[in-house]
Amino acid sequence: MAKRIDIGGLTAYYGSHKAIEDISMTVEPRSVTAFIGPSGCGKSTFLRTLNRMHEVTPGGRVEGKVLLDDENLYGPGVDPVTVRRTVGMVFQRPNPFPTMSIFDNVAAGLRLNGSYRKNQLAEIVEKSLRGANLWNEVKDRLNKPGSGLSGGQQQRLCIARAIAVEPQVLLMDEPCSALDPISTLAIEDLIGELKERFTIVIVTHNMQQAARVSDRTAFFNLSAVGKPGRLIEIDETERIFSNPSVQATEDYISGRFG
Amino acid sequence: MASTTPVDIPPAPPAPRQRPKSAGRAGDKVFLGLSRGSGILLLVIMASIAVFLSYRAALALADNEGNFFTTFDWNPAGDPPVFGIAVLLFGTVISSIIAMAIAVPIAVGIALFISHYAPRRLASPLAYVVDLLAAVPSIIYGIWGALVLVPYLEGLNLWLDQFFGWTYLFEKTEVGVARSLFTVGILLAIMILPIVTSVSREVFLQVPKMNEEAALALGATRWEVIRLSVLPFGRSGVISASMLGLGRALGETMAVATVLSPSFLISFHVLNPGGGTFAQNIAAKFDEADQFGRDALIASGLVLFVLTLLVNGAARLIIARRKEYSGANA
Amino acid sequence: MSHAPTTLQERPTPAPAVATTSLSSRTLPRWAPLGFAAVAIVLGVGLGLVAGWHSRIQWGLLSALFFVAISYTVTTAVENKRQAKDRLATSVVWVCFVLAVVPLASLTWTTLSRGAKVVDGYFLTHSMAGVLGTEPGGGVYHALVGTLEQVGIATAISAPIGLLTAVYLVEYGKGALARAVTFFVDVMTGIPSIVAGLFILSIMLMAELKPSGLMGSLALTILMIPVVVRSTEEMLKLVPNELREASLALGIPKWRTILKVVLPTAIGGITTGVMLAIARIAGETAPIMLLVFGSQLINTNPFEGAQSSLPFYIWEQYKIGSEASYDRAWGAALVLIAFVMILNLVARGIARWKAPKTGR
Repeated sequence: MAKRIDIGGLTAYYGSHKAIEDISMTVEPRSVTAFIGPSGCGKSTFLRTLNRMHEVTPGGRVEGKVLLDDENLYGPGVDPVTVRRTVGMVFQRPNPFPTMSIFDNVAAGLRLNGSYRKNQLAEIVEKSLRGANLWNEVKDRLNKPGSGLSGGQQQRLCIARAIAVEPQVLLMDEPCSALDPISTLAIEDLIGELKERFTIVIVTHNMQQAARVSDRTAFFNLSAVGKPGRLIEIDETERIFSNPSVQATEDYISGRFG
Repeated sequence: MASTTPVDIPPAPPAPRQRPKSAGRAGDKVFLGLSRGSGILLLVIMASIAVFLSYRAALALADNEGNFFTTFDWNPAGDPPVFGIAVLLFGTVISSIIAMAIAVPIAVGIALFISHYAPRRLASPLAYVVDLLAAVPSIIYGIWGALVLVPYLEGLNLWLDQFFGWTYLFEKTEVGVARSLFTVGILLAIMILPIVTSVSREVFLQVPKMNEEAALALGATRWEVIRLSVLPFGRSGVISASMLGLGRALGETMAVATVLSPSFLISFHVLNPGGGTFAQNIAAKFDEADQFGRDALIASGLVLFVLTLLVNGAARLIIARRKEYSGANA
Repeated sequence: MSHAPTTLQERPTPAPAVATTSLSSRTLPRWAPLGFAAVAIVLGVGLGLVAGWHSRIQWGLLSALFFVAISYTVTTAVENKRQAKDRLATSVVWVCFVLAVVPLASLTWTTLSRGAKVVDGYFLTHSMAGVLGTEPGGGVYHALVGTLEQVGIATAISAPIGLLTAVYLVEYGKGALARAVTFFVDVMTGIPSIVAGLFILSIMLMAELKPSGLMGSLALTILMIPVVVRSTEEMLKLVPNELREASLALGIPKWRTILKVVLPTAIGGITTGVMLAIARIAGETAPIMLLVFGSQLINTNPFEGAQSSLPFYIWEQYKIGSEASYDRAWGAALVLIAFVMILNLVARGIARWKAPKTGR
């Protein structure tokens, strides 16, 4: 189910502007990898290259390779649509489809990818909602619009929608930044459960959060405004937060800049 | 604006922010009066349109010997005077339906083309050109329709008759050039394309990026993104755009007057030349009409007025509802 | 599961294995759509020729159908059903685009090519005085004068009224009156030009007035006011509230704030709106037909006597129905289009140049 990601020499552009440069790393399966770094260091851009969402942005293009268990996402003949089905994504702001019911939101990805029997679909929807710790809160109003839920519930609905199609990898782009502390806690607990089944990559601005949820942490930085972002180091979360090998990481973590 | 010193203000104002309000009070009054007066003038104009048209129409209808709604004739100068709008209503509605059936799907297609399909370098000049085309005067569409489109459509009409004649609708029972309600419908479709397109395009461009990304991240193809997030969001916008287009098609005068060869018959054979619309009939009959004849034409214009009022009112209601709806989800 | 929604579509086929083993699949080359288009055009034209259809419209429609069908079937065969649906949508959208471009291009081309044959200095500076409708010669000068005067008067009346109404709606408007005005402005936008003409006509009949340029202008005013109100309103709404508050906080009365701060900030957009409204009414024919009557002679007095106007001239020449008059109609059409387009381009230029720095 979960797959390893090997990134080699990845550079991403917006038009002529280089956003990130020459990033290489490995993301272990069934673990949580957190990306931290100051604003504008390209961590979200990097995340979006991992399911080919970056190229959706006008002018966005990518050099280098991203291997998902030895298969290059940017190889010839690879369909970005298949990539995005395999690598799911949760966004900064909860974005359920506003015109769809809770049920239809979760079922949306499934309906795209094949035809299911009614009870089969209902089963997967329930399983996904339970997986996102949302089932008990919404089981009586599956036909109500998803936009009627609270922010935290909406975000868990989006997670349920993403895991319903059983992706190999789950990318999360600051999933808690628009949420209150209690909802944030709920999502963090959920991430801890989901890593049993998925490879998870999470971008976060909140260093405590990175320390709480992740197994490994990658620190990104840029040398100056307008310069491309780079990977400074990646290591076990414990080591990064206790004894990082690069001075810049320590400065950032101890709050001396950024 | 005499800045009279107020007498009712206490010598020591409790808060320093509270300045003498009447410093510009006279000026404010005049200005407010002027601008409110303009608003009221608009309401007066609308009301008098309804009143004056109704009054003149009543004069004509009082002496009409035929039934205004069911008579298949327009002869206010006859003895007794007889005129009715049955044919005009039929022709107006049919030609507008044809126009909508052709224009709306194509306009949605072009709007999607501009908002989601066209290469970026092509998209904005294209949107610009569409807006420019909305400004082409209808009389020019009219002479183009009559002198260029009509001859071109003859082959198509024969063909439709040959293959789709069994639908009754496309059976051509009369020979003659293509000055039919169908041709009028096509021309009206071309004319309302720009307006329907540009309103729809605006709505499609307003679809929140994050809704589209939600679909993309689930592994949706471009069409599926449109089906999941763009069309549901834009539906009411497209409906109101279509209604605006319909409003234009209903009241279009010159393009119909140039193309149609009018007759006072109702026929569902839309390829046959003949038929008429409200606006076309007014344009065609005006020159020969005496005072009574003009009042009769005003009566038919009143019906057209009410018709467009209803359509436009409905369009506005839908737009207003949509605003509330999207506000709730913002 | 008692919660299965009613919107659920029941499908008999069992679920396919969702987890794909490979990311890559067979794909068509990038040039495939071009190839499909070429094949479709060849098929369409070929079939049309064989069947003996002469109309290029049929060839085009047939090719479009072939294009959509070929794209769909080939993609289904080579790629898969989902990709094929996507391709189907893409080809339909492209076909829509081409379908719309063809008539619009034809209209532009016809006007340009046929009009250019006629339009010259003589055409622009002479009236139809003494020219038989069926013979070549004559010009549009009298119509040009009429259009400029009628549109000028209409603008002089509607611009201030429209502006003030918009100011009322944005700066003062609250309550039932403002809501009513907003609603009726919208409704007024949809009034057919011929109805506006009939309204003025009914006043003329009652007051026993004679047709003149002024009567036409009044009808045009009714068409123009709502357009001016709408666009001015949009522009005033773009002026940030901070500006108003800053001015009011300085102790400047509201009316001076509006005149000195709000309107100057929005003036670019307002000018654009007025010019677009002018472009719209300059092409109106129906009210002129009812109220100004048309004339072959130069009448520079818009307050008395029949006048002509460019759109009305086109209609007149079209009705005469001779080659010479058709030529003149196209010539006038070119002049009218040029007038409208120049107004549009200048207006949009101003809009871009003077766009408020805030907002979009």
